[in-house]
Amino acid sequence: MRIGAIVTRIIQQMMRDKRTLALLFCAPLLVLSLMYFIFNSDESEVTLIVSHGPAQLIEKLEAADFHVIEDDNVTITQLKDNQYDAWLDIQQKQTKLTLLNDDPSAAKALQMKLAQALQPEQASSMTFVTDYVYGDEDTAIFDIFSPMLIGFFVFFFVFLITGIALLKERTSGTLERLLATPIKRSEIVAGYLVGYGLFALVQTIIIVLFGIYVLDIVHVGSIWLVLLINSLVALVSLSLGALLSSFAASEFQMMQFIPLVIVPQVFFSGIFPLDSMVEWLQNIGRIMPLYYAANALNGVMYKGFTFSEILVDLLVLAGFALLFILLNIISLKKYRSL
Amino acid sequence: MGENAITLSAIEKRFHQKEVIAPLSLEVPTGQLIGLLGPSGCGKTTLIKMIMGMIKPDNGRIQVLDYVVPHKQLLIDIGYMAQSDALYIDLTGAENLHFFAKLYRLSKKERVERVAYAANLVRLTEDLNNKVVNYSGGMKRRLSLAIALIQNPKLLILDEPTVGIDPVLKKEIWQELIRLKEKEHKTILVTTHAMDEAERCDRLAMLRSGQILAQGTPQELKAHYQAQDFDEVFLKAGGAIV
Repeated sequence: MRIGAIVTRIIQQMMRDKRTLALLFCAPLLVLSLMYFIFNSDESEVTLIVSHGPAQLIEKLEAADFHVIEDDNVTITQLKDNQYDAWLDIQQKQTKLTLLNDDPSAAKALQMKLAQALQPEQASSMTFVTDYVYGDEDTAIFDIFSPMLIGFFVFFFVFLITGIALLKERTSGTLERLLATPIKRSEIVAGYLVGYGLFALVQTIIIVLFGIYVLDIVHVGSIWLVLLINSLVALVSLSLGALLSSFAASEFQMMQFIPLVIVPQVFFSGIFPLDSMVEWLQNIGRIMPLYYAANALNGVMYKGFTFSEILVDLLVLAGFALLFILLNIISLKKYRSL
Repeated sequence: MGENAITLSAIEKRFHQKEVIAPLSLEVPTGQLIGLLGPSGCGKTTLIKMIMGMIKPDNGRIQVLDYVVPHKQLLIDIGYMAQSDALYIDLTGAENLHFFAKLYRLSKKERVERVAYAANLVRLTEDLNNKVVNYSGGMKRRLSLAIALIQNPKLLILDEPTVGIDPVLKKEIWQELIRLKEKEHKTILVTTHAMDEAERCDRLAMLRSGQILAQGTPQELKAHYQAQDFDEVFLKAGGAIV
């Protein structure tokens, strides 16, 4: 009987909280369908540059589904700029294969496919040298997504902590009390950004240093750039967390933003190859801050990009932060019309 | 400053089609202690939030201390105590007071003086260094009142200041409110549904379903309704059978 009372009460409460219900039933579908599209993406075409290749070989390669470009004068810079996957240079004594290796698993697959296509005659009679543009033959999949993981954890924890802290201020009435003083709305937002920003910054430094020096994550580029990117990530996450807290009535509802805001961003931040996704799916990725963060982090830590090469990503991140900050200031109008 | 500290002219407010404040006009003369009397849910808090500029009326005009509401500068001159205690419970009482004092840009010296004054007024001096989470309900109310007084405002707006406070302290707080009015010439607007408090106000406005049923001095109201005490005034004004 008493158990029945509890069960009835829980059902009543759940039925009232339409948002939780919607999340319970719809969010898994959303995440599942995202995963479906991401994992079912067609394998992208592999672009292979061939220098000095005999016509017979080119035909064979094309038959094996390679997108072959014949070019006798190719440089590594061209390879990088055009994102060509590999370059096969056939000389009399030896064949040299240069792999871009921006995605180690794709590079390994390419190597195997190439070996199959070249069999049996070529491979055995020639010496074969393999070179890598990024990383080397030992590059593991973890090396390319660990930079992104650093960005993700900074984003995730800062988001939750500020979101819940500001939510507490809203529900306890102190935010309203604050707005009964002559404080400006922008002063409140700025105060929050600086206050929690300090903690976010310390957290960012700890995560980055731990990742690089203890876990020995590859970092080819400057550690200062890594810190700069992550500080921007923290700022975006801080302002987004604060903003979304105004759409949550409880800590529970704040947690519900995890599958809606955090999880989809993970899918688009480089764990899964974006190049092979369909166009519309790639476009969805472009509205997510972590996409740019992962791009920049991967660029600096794995490919050794410099400041100017990640400038666009940094600007986009700063733009996101600015947008969320402005929306925060506007959303406080709910408590005071001035 | 004009004759009236607060002037409400035909203000009206609806929430989701429901009329919360019917067109209503009210004047609060400077230097008086005005009681806003009414049952729970009659619109007292909504009215106060509109005077503060936190809720915008759908119609009508609000003027407070020569400013047309909403006005940010005005908020310096208003000491506000909300109905629910909006305190940072993981900070100490002193930290709460200093925080709000800083929001009014008081100098360090002024701040120390005002914190000591306000804490003494509500008898919290000894507990000032304890965390608010360990305060009793009455202590939290007192701290909220101290915060309302921190910047020495001209106008005090107190939303049910004595709820949950024991009779002894309640009496002391009322003595202090009257002293603030008489010696420091402050205008005070208090909401209450305690009838014994109504007697101590200079003027009363009785609010019910967003309308002012009656207003005047306590004596006038009692005479008008031919009542012995305020419980009776209230019931008669509300149309209940006594």
